[in-house]
Amino acid sequence: MAERKATVNAKIEPMQTLDRLAEGQVARIVAIHGDDPLAMRLMEMGLLDDERVRMLGFAPLGDPLEIEIRGYRLSLRIREAQRVEVEPLPSDPAA
Amino acid sequence: MAVRPVPQDAAASNAARPLSVAFIGNPNTGKSTVFNALSGLTSRIGNFPGVTVEKKVGRVKWEGRAIDLIDLPGTYSLAPRSLDEMVSVDVLLGRRDDVRRPDLVVCIADASNLERNLYLVSQVLDMGLPAILVLNMWDLAEQCGVRVDVAGLSQRLGIPVLTTEAHRRQGLDAVRHAIVTAAQNHSVNSRPRLFPEAFYGECERLTALLERDEDGQPVPLYLRERLLLDVGGYVEKQFARRAAELGPYLAEARQRLAEAGCKVPAIEARIRYQWARGLLDGVATHAERRADSSSDKLDRLLTHRIAGLAIFGLIMFLMFQALYTWAGPFMGWIEALQELLAGGVEAVLPPGALRSLVVDGVIAGVGGVLLFLPQILLLFLFIAVLEDCGYMARAAFLMDKLMTRVGLSGKSFVPLMSSFACAVPGVMATRVIENPRDRMVTILVAPLMSCSARLPVYVLLIGAFIPPVTYAGGWVSLHGLVLFAVSSLGVLVAVPVAWLLKSTLFRGETPPFVMELPSYKWPSLLVVAHRVYDRGRAFVTRAGTLIFATSVVVWAAGYFPGDHSELDRVQAQLESLEPGDERSSALVPLRNELSGRLIADSFLGRLGRTIEPVVRPLGWDWKLGVGVVASFPAREVVIATLGTIYSLGGDVSEQDESLMGAMQAATWPDGRKVYNVPVALSVMVFFALCAQCGATLMVIKRETNSWRWPVFTFCYMTALAYLGALLTYQVGSRWLL
Repeated sequence: MAERKATVNAKIEPMQTLDRLAEGQVARIVAIHGDDPLAMRLMEMGLLDDERVRMLGFAPLGDPLEIEIRGYRLSLRIREAQRVEVEPLPSDPAA
Repeated sequence: MAVRPVPQDAAASNAARPLSVAFIGNPNTGKSTVFNALSGLTSRIGNFPGVTVEKKVGRVKWEGRAIDLIDLPGTYSLAPRSLDEMVSVDVLLGRRDDVRRPDLVVCIADASNLERNLYLVSQVLDMGLPAILVLNMWDLAEQCGVRVDVAGLSQRLGIPVLTTEAHRRQGLDAVRHAIVTAAQNHSVNSRPRLFPEAFYGECERLTALLERDEDGQPVPLYLRERLLLDVGGYVEKQFARRAAELGPYLAEARQRLAEAGCKVPAIEARIRYQWARGLLDGVATHAERRADSSSDKLDRLLTHRIAGLAIFGLIMFLMFQALYTWAGPFMGWIEALQELLAGGVEAVLPPGALRSLVVDGVIAGVGGVLLFLPQILLLFLFIAVLEDCGYMARAAFLMDKLMTRVGLSGKSFVPLMSSFACAVPGVMATRVIENPRDRMVTILVAPLMSCSARLPVYVLLIGAFIPPVTYAGGWVSLHGLVLFAVSSLGVLVAVPVAWLLKSTLFRGETPPFVMELPSYKWPSLLVVAHRVYDRGRAFVTRAGTLIFATSVVVWAAGYFPGDHSELDRVQAQLESLEPGDERSSALVPLRNELSGRLIADSFLGRLGRTIEPVVRPLGWDWKLGVGVVASFPAREVVIATLGTIYSLGGDVSEQDESLMGAMQAATWPDGRKVYNVPVALSVMVFFALCAQCGATLMVIKRETNSWRWPVFTFCYMTALAYLGALLTYQVGSRWLL
């Protein structure tokens, strides 16, 4: 059962991105894709490799979303969050 | 290379020259609050020439030294991607003619969020400018459990570090003293060489290619760094215009850097954040993360799927209500004062050109400016409160999805919403939109929103020509339906117009919506009051003069070249009569008829008649043409003009039975009625879509810093209005009659 689930996941999700995190989930940033102004803006705001992010939730109309990074809150659109590759971490014991 | 030479003029400065101090910081750090608190009411708001960036300067005298303070726009980074963003960099590097190179840069940071705030500080230090760091909102940071060893931080940074609570006026004296001391000191900090040596090597090699800039000045190291770091950035665009070989050269240089393990653009953020974290390690503690803090709870409620939208709707309704109705009494008082003044003048001056100029030109002009103040002040009271407590960013967050449908972002919502009451404060409120293209499109469609000045026109025409039918047992009236339809027309038309503008004139990459959501806090009375005062003053001094001038010009067009001697005689005779004298009943119609004839013969009236062939396809006669032409500076004037033309005098209201009667009775020379339902509808459609508001156009001029955009707004809206009215009349007269 566990094995089957893993293969299915590997098929559907070759890459986990920030917009797919569930509310309250914590993750580690793996990479920011691209080197255009959007990628630069994300990096300037502190989204860098190995940094921890927490998904705080989506706006009532479904987009944009709200995250916590480096101790502050940031909103970005789903399209923008798709540039951020993440690796979900086990949920924060402190929360 | 570690220490940059101090510029000649700074080194040779004497006590007579005022010191120049620039303020810079991230948005939401209370930078403007610090600036306002330090500069007091001496600050002036203007524009940097050629761009839409606001320039805020103040002159103070501290400890016997005159100091010029300049507030630069809030930003997260000094990596310019547009002309607007280049302004701050040019000011700091002393590359602008209108601002002297700063003797000192004051970096304002949010004490509870130091890591991200230090990113900008590291760029300022890279410019080799003397700087001090001010940790603002110190009290809020302490509440969140942030502890900073200020002396330790100052030692590691090599610059003075101070703490303030600017919204409570705490810590400012120390900042003043530090500014005076540091600005006179000229001690340039050694640049922290954060990047690998390979990077500085490339910067050095770049000197061979770009020795001097357009003005023959050496290209500063900071700009050479930007050339390498910002792929497709503004500095590259600027220099590539002179040196075509620059683009390929930079591509090669970046390739070399990547091979040396220094891949741009990622390298900059990585190095600066690493530096910031290392710097803070041991001297500052992070905010304690408590998921159940009151700010978190409030955020969950205010961004909740249902409750969040409901609260947002309530706040918008309240704001709208305030603009629409609370401003009413104040506007009434201004009008009453205006009448009082006019009455006073009429008691002193005899009827004639001078009296007419003073009463109908000057006093009406000043009144026309002041009349907008209550709405402007109320709107900015709301905006300042919402902004200062941190809700404004949430409003943009909630409405973003909706606004992306027309290619805008959530930040355009509040300015457009307020334009339903009045486009003048609405256009002024677009300053919250940082992206220049989004801001321009928002400004250009804001006048389409149905403002309160259109209402009297609708009330008059609906009352006179739409049958008083009701449906659903009296609950729904045709009057109400038509009013709703014409009021919604503007916003319906604005959707395709905004979309069209975004895909033609203002085409470009979708700007990122990567926006900080600041922590909630109680709004500060001082901050709010200062902001409201600033906006009110900016309107009166900057747009007010133009609005006033327009009013006088329009008065002249309606007054000249007719001979007013007979009218003046009748008026003088009328005024000499005792109240209740029965001769007045004969003189009043005579006076009204004379003034009706004079306006028909005036330049304005002639223009109205000249354009009759143009307005005939809309179903209008020349009288209506004159009324519409006269109402271009201010749409509500049409009521008074129609009153004058129909010889009823200028002081009729939209609910005046005699005006409605005169319009219902008006006929063409062949006896057909002028007005019918299609004509009334065509007039209303015209007013819904037309830019008949001089004040809005003047504010657009001021906000965009160019005459091109008010002219563009006027042309596109007039064309839309004409086509809309034409379509309404032509279709209406075939199907409705």
